[in-house]
Amino acid sequence: MKVKYAILEKQDLYRWVEYLKIKARLYAPKKKENLFVFGPVKNADEICLDYIPTILPPKKYYFPQKEKLLEFSIKPFKSEKAIKEFEEYILFGVHTCDIAGIQCLDVVFREYPEDPNYLNRKEKMTIIGIECFKYCDKYANCTSMGNNVPRGGYDLMMVDLGQNFIIHINSEKGERLVVELDYIKEAKPQDLAKLENFRNEKKKMFREELNAPLPEVYKAFSEYESFHSEVWNDVGRRCVACGNCTAVCPTCYCFDIVDELELTLNDGLRYRIWNYCQMDDFAKVATGEDFRKGRNSRQRHRYYRKFKYPVDKYNRYFCIGCGRCSRTCMADIILIETVDSIVDPANAQNYKGLIKNMPEVCQITQDTGACDDR
Amino acid sequence: MIDKAILLEKMKTSPYKPMKARIIEAKMVTENEKFFKIELEGKINLSHEPGQFVMVSIFGFGEAPISVCSSPTDKGFFDLTVRNVGMLTNALHKLNEGDIVGIRGPFGRGFPVDNMFGYDIVIVAGGLGIVPLRSLIRYIMHNRNDFGDVQILLGCRTPREFLFKEETKEWMRRTEIKFKCTVDRADPDWKGNVGLVTSLIPGVDINPVKTYAVVVGPPVMYKFVILKLLEKAIPDHQIIVSLERRMRCGLGKCGHCQIEGIYVCQSGPVFNYAQLKDFRGECHEGECYEKKI
Ligand SMILES: Cc1cc2nc3c(=O)[nH]c(=O)nc-3n(C[C@H](O)[C@H](O)[C@H](O)COP(=O)(O)OP(=O)(O)OC[C@H]3O[C@@H](n4cnc5c(N)ncnc54)[C@H](O)[C@@H]3O)c2cc1C
Ligand code: SF4
Ligand code: SF4
Ligand code: FES
Repeated sequence: MKVKYAILEKQDLYRWVEYLKIKARLYAPKKKENLFVFGPVKNADEICLDYIPTILPPKKYYFPQKEKLLEFSIKPFKSEKAIKEFEEYILFGVHTCDIAGIQCLDVVFREYPEDPNYLNRKEKMTIIGIECFKYCDKYANCTSMGNNVPRGGYDLMMVDLGQNFIIHINSEKGERLVVELDYIKEAKPQDLAKLENFRNEKKKMFREELNAPLPEVYKAFSEYESFHSEVWNDVGRRCVACGNCTAVCPTCYCFDIVDELELTLNDGLRYRIWNYCQMDDFAKVATGEDFRKGRNSRQRHRYYRKFKYPVDKYNRYFCIGCGRCSRTCMADIILIETVDSIVDPANAQNYKGLIKNMPEVCQITQDTGACDDR
Repeated sequence: MIDKAILLEKMKTSPYKPMKARIIEAKMVTENEKFFKIELEGKINLSHEPGQFVMVSIFGFGEAPISVCSSPTDKGFFDLTVRNVGMLTNALHKLNEGDIVGIRGPFGRGFPVDNMFGYDIVIVAGGLGIVPLRSLIRYIMHNRNDFGDVQILLGCRTPREFLFKEETKEWMRRTEIKFKCTVDRADPDWKGNVGLVTSLIPGVDINPVKTYAVVVGPPVMYKFVILKLLEKAIPDHQIIVSLERRMRCGLGKCGHCQIEGIYVCQSGPVFNYAQLKDFRGECHEGECYEKKI
């Protein structure tokens, strides 16, 4: 790899998108009513690069909600891996937080015994990221998690420098999508200076959203008292166990396995479908024992699966700070509040609905009217 | 990080894919439990450890984790004993000799037999708990000289739930294995002990540092049995249990079997009490002592 940074003029963006569409299936953020979703790109102008986290993360492309595992028949007995061919695809305009989410699932599914469906899809994936310059809204905690800036895991990363994009080339796969194009040029020293300036400006704007630095959060979650904190009872009382928080989380990967028979009642497919640890029968066994019976213990489990267990197991926090869980929760269970209260129980006193020192209105809303503040 | 070429090769197959297996013997052993002898295609050995489990598939009905109840020293086949409680187990009960099932596994960690060599063994079984323990008991019988004194304590709710009656008689005939059993509720034909399995423990004579106690039963049983064993001064790490959790994948991925940061399908189902003690909750009241929320 020679060129590490390249420049794309804004007027050439759509041209490049058309080029990418020919190379592989292209998915990008699009506007949907007041919100955003990742979807297939028909026309380049559908793409919205100025967006707050999509309703569902791009997870739906590399860990689909319902995915074929096996093709089977009963007589004669046959069981085979269901999908043999996977298609190349490009995730375009992915936020740095969502890229961290992909890195989390990489760790999980690459661990022995490796998961072939995930790895097959990951193999075919190209990630073109976009670095944020505005705060999404009061729900995000990306800065505390260290994911407001790129930390690898992508093929190309775009940064909006005003009249053009500077593109960081981070893999050979990514390089192939820019080298042969005459309108994408090598970046000059003054472009790199602009990038540095961008990062400095950004530092001034993004503040850590959690009261305590991450190591302290981890420490608090490791304390014996935290496991039995009143906070879980409070959260549990409010939670309605809808499971939305886990459905929208880029790092949640629990699943169930179900069989579906064809009309012949002989051939069929075995699927894996998303399942949520917030559902009431998630940890229940056939004899009736339920090992996480209360919503309090299930919520606690969710938080520990972000801030404690994966840190012990994989040396990685499994919250990427996208804020989706808080944004979607109808019971106003806000991750930032919950974590702050675990770290400092005093915070739990003036808890409900209190979200401190965050921009009141989402900055992107002001431009696009996109995310109506609740 | 593993080599990409190896990874690509691995991705061609799938750990979700069951092996073909044939039922070579099937019989009801109680009103609710059916016993199966199973042979993998090509008569290959399952190569399990005592205490491990397999995922049994019937296409169209799904999969369930079932303990292997034969010993790895039983070659060419393996045994399962299944209680009919739901969808998959009900379908399994309808199968008989010659029928085909899918098998994945073996999964998990079994009983630490290597560490148990030379020790005295106390086995405490409650109800269906005798099923996974049968793999250990048979293993011990086949390697009798590697172990010290062996005592088996079995508790059932009623005499009718007694599993492996014939084998039990066989065990009782063998003088080198002591066997005691009790039922919660007797019927007119019952001549043995009546009471909970815990009532048998004070009567056993043990040298605690030289003893491994292996306990398997319903969750409520653990607390009381473990307390009695601790009273006998058996060290924490020499008290072995096997836990039941909901399981879907057996691969440490689906999340159902998780106790705090531990995946029971991979790190268990067998644990020692020193490990169990560290769980702060998420256990049934019986399994550990911690305060519940
Ligand atoms: C490591 C391990 C080892 C195990 N070993 C064994 C073993 O050796 N032998 C064994 O028998 N089991 C064993 N089990 C338990 C076994 O896995 C479960 O009984 C099995 O998964 C039930 O699956 P199912 O599809 O039949 O039930 P499901 O269809 O999943 O249904 C169970 C659920 O539905 C309810 N239900 C459905 N039908 C009925 C009904 N007729 N009566 C009452 N409730 C009902 C139950 O309350 C329960 O909540 C083991 C479990 C684990 C984790
Ligand atoms: S979205 Fe809110 S109400 Fe729904 S399960 Fe999650 S925390 Fe509970
Ligand atoms: S826990 Fe919430 S904020 Fe963290 S990654 Fe999941 S959805 Fe995003
Ligand atoms: S059974 Fe799926 S993680 Fe253990």
